[in-house]
Order: sequence, then structure tokens, then C-alpha cells
Amino acid sequence: MTDKVLDNVESRLGDGVVRDERGGYSGYLVPAARLANVARTARDELGYDYLSSVTGVDYLPEGKLEVVYQLYPTAGGAGLVLKAQLPREAPVVPSLVPLFPGAELQEREVWDLLGIRFEGHPDLRRVLLWEGFAGHPLRKDWTEAYFEEDAKPFKSRWPEGKIHRIEDKVPFRHNVAYPPDFTPDGWVPEGDAALYAGLGQVTGGGNGGDPALNTDEIIVNLGPQHPSTHGVFRVVVRLDGETVVDLKPVMGYLHRNHEKIAERNTFLMNMPFTDRLDYFSSMGNNFGYALAVEKLMGIQPPERAEYLRVMMAELTRIQNHLSAIGFLLNDLGAFFTPVMYAFEERELILDIFEATSGSRMMCNYFRFGGLERDLPDGVLPKIRELVYERLPRKVDELDRYLTENEIVRARCIGVGVLTRERAIALSAAGPVLRASGVPYDVRRAEPYSIYDRFDFDVAVRPHGDVYDRYLIRFDEIRQSLRILDQVLKQLPEGEIQTGKPQYQARVPAGEAYGRVENPKGELGYYVISTGKPTPWRYHVRAPSFINLTTLAEMSRGYKLADVVVSLGSIDIVLGEVDR
Amino acid sequence: MYGLGMLKGLGVTLKHFVVTYLEDLRWIGKRYDSPESLAVRQGSQARGAFTVQYPEVKLPVPEEFRFTPILLYEEGPNGERKDRCTSCGICAKVCPPQCIWIVRTTDPATGRPVPEPAEFYIDVDICMNCGLCAEFCPFDAIKMDHNYEMATWDRLSDKERLLKPLSYYAAIRPNNYAREEAARAEKEAAKAARQA
Repeated sequence: MTDKVLDNVESRLGDGVVRDERGGYSGYLVPAARLANVARTARDELGYDYLSSVTGVDYLPEGKLEVVYQLYPTAGGAGLVLKAQLPREAPVVPSLVPLFPGAELQEREVWDLLGIRFEGHPDLRRVLLWEGFAGHPLRKDWTEAYFEEDAKPFKSRWPEGKIHRIEDKVPFRHNVAYPPDFTPDGWVPEGDAALYAGLGQVTGGGNGGDPALNTDEIIVNLGPQHPSTHGVFRVVVRLDGETVVDLKPVMGYLHRNHEKIAERNTFLMNMPFTDRLDYFSSMGNNFGYALAVEKLMGIQPPERAEYLRVMMAELTRIQNHLSAIGFLLNDLGAFFTPVMYAFEERELILDIFEATSGSRMMCNYFRFGGLERDLPDGVLPKIRELVYERLPRKVDELDRYLTENEIVRARCIGVGVLTRERAIALSAAGPVLRASGVPYDVRRAEPYSIYDRFDFDVAVRPHGDVYDRYLIRFDEIRQSLRILDQVLKQLPEGEIQTGKPQYQARVPAGEAYGRVENPKGELGYYVISTGKPTPWRYHVRAPSFINLTTLAEMSRGYKLADVVVSLGSIDIVLGEVDR
Repeated sequence: MYGLGMLKGLGVTLKHFVVTYLEDLRWIGKRYDSPESLAVRQGSQARGAFTVQYPEVKLPVPEEFRFTPILLYEEGPNGERKDRCTSCGICAKVCPPQCIWIVRTTDPATGRPVPEPAEFYIDVDICMNCGLCAEFCPFDAIKMDHNYEMATWDRLSDKERLLKPLSYYAAIRPNNYAREEAARAEKEAAKAARQA
């Protein structure tokens, strides 16, 4: 964007908004009191109608907390970054949920992990941690029970070589700290009471519209150990008969504070940790993180590495969507036959990942400025066979097997409808957004790597129901095969790494937001470096997590059994939701 | 006609079912454990049932497959062992979950460090199989193993358990071994030329 356009943006945003002039930073600093107004202007007048990410940063040395908003226009193009700086003692900022309902879960996460209060948020409770958790872990002065040093590598490993097991040092029961006025023995899950109360505030139709029936609405817990919740995940549903009045997702059972771990790690150490986010598409996770750090370092991978990256990312998309289709059929009651058919092709793709990177799922294949290794001998012919011969045939077969099935159609068509406007407002991403008629794909909207060179269509479907979310995955697989065809034809010879591979990446100070179109939606990494070997802040914009905001919208007014189908059609992975 | 879609779908499963038995006939007697049938059945020509009967049948792993780290030693002509590890600590420094502990050796007479580890521990419990240690080891001393069946009573591996002969490595990763040995030989030759 030219300076002139930026100046224009600045003047349009109004008083008190200044450009972020810190070295390596971009975006605008907004006074907290004016945040809602500025966001409204950005949305209504400047076209930044999609709130991609909300996160916070703790600048402990300056005594400040900062909330960072990434906004994008759904028409495509570069984003707008808004930041509000708050005092660390009393960090309060107006909630953007009234403007962008998609901020709901994200603001709760920022409150949970950083203790920033969002005034006007309808339901500001902890989301990933429980009420018995002391403190806000992403604050820089918070230390974990197994704390050893601020940053890895730990001296006890080398040169000291003092072998110990951490659980012997901090035994069970000593590794938990509670808030001051909290006793676990007498604990009644107040969170649940608040949760149910929160659901109760919603006025449904009531008693099926017939007061003479005198029925009560009931609350049902789906999960956390329910086979259709795709992992340890809970949905609290308020029902009127069999009809869903409202629901709330409850998550965090797999929470490990990925971001805190990452802030102790060096930049390179985070690469294998990103594999564990969305463990179905580790290549895509690697991609996003590598892009963010490369932006900071100002390096580019060589041509061949770019092509191999795109190849791996598209193979990942194919196998992820195949499993997504299979698991959706599981949720519909076609138990495990379709998913096993889909897994055959997935296995063959994973064989390629295993031969190339050494692991089927935890690939850890990308490096800053390149890749771990070139394709070993014999892998390329296998990829060709798959892309040109097997996959097109097998995808068509799966299509023939399921798409026209009358039960699938009856269960999916017109169910779980998410309208175009609500999909944008709720910050839905990926196939969920595109199945609601929004042709937004990061690969096209703001091309990264070499996606601007390939000829492909952004898959889009108009109805926003479960059936469209099912069909769009077939569309995307076919587009991925088109991209792979071009990659295989153009793949150049040459180096796969810029410079010498280094285990201590030198990352200049600054911030970067790297985003990729992962199979499940827009995956973003917000990384801040202070020039040290470890990142100061590392945030993951997890598509599965934010897509869950749409679940209530999809389910209201439909039957209980449709909740399961809607959840299946969002395609979540709990490793990424809970982080 | 209502139900046609379902019938079509059932046709796909029926075909899958029949083909499974046709494949059985095609590979009669060697379907389940011969390498040549596995290569076809687990490749892009696979038809019918795709599964194998683990642990009776084990799929071969590719050369780059990585599981947990091992330490390599060179065997002398009289069977003496020479550790390749110099306890430089790069693996311990690059390890993301910090599961490597190295105790360095010091010369008892002079008190100066000797380039050889006195002890080398890997907590396999914590290891995340990422392979960064092997990737950045400058002495080709730590490598990723292929063995994925490693039930033990104690998951803390000491040097004794980690050490494997170079010949073992050459057997599991022949291409990597050949490439690395060539590079080492070249380096040695360059060093010798410089000294001469």
C-alpha cells in the first residue's frame, strides 16, 4: 500500500490514532476508549469487514499490555492492524463482540491467558483454563510449576549434565496452585452454573409454543467423552423437546499452553511443536510458522523449496479433506466404512510424507529459508502416480459412493445453515466461510509463497448448509489436484535451502503475522521478536477454534442430532482448538 | 428413483468386497507376508482390503523414517569402541523438549575436558521424535533409529542403551551413510592436504 493510501486511512480513523512507529512494527495505535468507533469505521467505511485475529501481548518492561486486532477485507488484499495499549495494573478495553461477534471466543482467550478485561463482552469467562487456575499464564511474570529457566536451552542439560526428572522435583499435588480464595475440596463448579445461567438468558420459543403442554427446557451435555465430539470436547445444549434453543462449546481439556511453551523455546524449536496443533495437517502448520519467521528475517526460500512447499501443502489439504468427509459421514451414522475408504488415500499420501520428512503426521519438514531435505529418490514418481492416476479416480469413486446417497442428502441439505453475512461476522474461515458463499481464500486474497503463479479456482458454494460444506471439500480436493499438476510440471531443480541451515536462527526485532490457507481455514502466526534467540510473543490464530464460534449459529432451531452433524461439517481438531 | 443413490453407493462397497477376494486369488499363498505383494498392495495399485495384520506382518519403513535417537560408535579392528560423540552439546541445545542430558568427561590429571561423553541420557518419555538432534549434529554421532517397538521398564535411556555400532546405522540408512561417509572422507583429505 502506498503512503498516500495509508495517510488516508489514518485520517479516516480519526483523532488519537497514530501509526505504530516502533522498529519492525506496523499498524495503528488506537486509544482504548476510541477502539469501538475506530473498528466501526474500519468495518463500515474502509471495508475491513473480517476480524481475523484478536490477541494480546505483555510488554512487561514497559509495564504495558497490548491488544492486537488483525482486520482484513473479504474483498481481498492487505490487512489493517489495530493495537490498543493498556496499563498492566488495570487492563480494560471495550469488547468488539457487538461489532464482530467472531471475537467472542478470542476475547475470552485473551482474558483467560493474559487477564485483559473486555468491557461489554456478553460472557467473559475463562475458556481454555478452569476457575481453579491461579493467574494468567501468558503474563511474562507468571511461571509454571515445572519452571526451570526463562528460555531454553537449559543449563542443567549441558554443560552441567545434572540428570533429573522434573516430576521428582515437583511431585504431584505440589505442581498445582489455586487462586487465594479457592479450595478444590469444597468446589462447586460455579463455572457450570454460570454457563447454564448464560444459556438461560436466551429466550427461545418456549414450550413448543403451546403453554398447555407445560414442558420444561432441559440442558444436555454432549461430551466431553462423546464419540461424535472428535476428541475431548463438550457442548452444552439447551433443548426445547428435541429442538436446540442455544448451545455453548466448552473446551480446554487438551490445553497445554502451546504459546507459553513457544515463548520459552528458540525459534527453530517451535517448528516441531507446530506439528502438534492441527495434527492432520502438520505440513500446513509448518508453512505458516516458517512464513512468519521468514518475514522477520527477511529471507526467501529457493525456487525448488517453494514448489516443494506448495506440493506438500496441497497434498496435506487433500488428505485432510478426505478424512473430514469420512468423519462427517461417521457423524451422520455411516460408522467407519466411508472413513476407512478415505483413509486408504490418506495413507498413501502419508507414505509420501514419511519417506520425505521421516514421519507420517509430525512432519517437522520446513525450515526457515528452506526445507529439511530434498525429496529422496523414488518419491517423485510415487507422487506422480498418485496425482495423475489414483487420486482423481478414487476421489470420483468416493463422490459416487456418498454424494447422491438419499440419507446423506436428507440429513445434510438445508441443515445447519450459516448465512453469508453471519459467516463473515463470526470470523468463520476456510471451507466453512466459502460454503456460505464468500469466495475468500488466503491463497488468492493475499497470495503467499508462489500461489500467485498457479491457475486454480476458489471453490465456493452458495447455501451455507452442511451439504455445501461437504461438497466444497470435494471441490477443493479437485482444485488441489489442479495445483499439484502444475507444480509437478514446473518443479525446478536446485537448492532447497537459502544459506546454511542454522540451529540458532538470528531473527531481527519486530513483529510479523504470517497466514496461510490451511485445510481447516486461515491459520495465522503472530510472532514478535526482540532480537533474542526466543520469540517474545508467539500467537496462533487457530482456525478450528474460531470456527467453533459458528456452531451455536448453525444449530439454533435444528434438532439435537443435527448439532453432531454441524460439528462434523466444521471439521475441528482438538489439538488446535485447545492448544 | 428414490434409493438409487444408496444403491450406487452400495455398488462401490460391493465392488470393494469382491475385489478383496479376487486379490486373494491373485496373490494366492503369499498375500500376507511377501515383500512383492506388499509393495503392490500398499502402493497406488492397491485394490480391495488395504490393511495388514500387524504384528504378524510389518510394513517396511522408508530410509528417512525417524523414531528415537541412537548414538553411534566406531568399531576398531580389535573390537574396541570409539564414541563418535564429542559432548559438544549441540543436540542438547537444539532439543525442543530438552530431553538430552550430557555429562562431560574431564581428564583426572589435568582437569580439562575430554571430547567424549562420560554419560549421555535421553528421556525417551519426553522425546518428541523431531529429529533436530540428528540433523544438527556436526559429527554424525546421533542419529534417528528405525526401531519403533521399544517397550521397556525404564524410559530413561543411558549411554549403554543408546550406543549402536556404525554398521547398524549403515544397514538401516544406506544412502545417508554413504553420503555422509563420502563427506567425512573429503573433509579428512582436505585436512590432511592442509597439514602436508
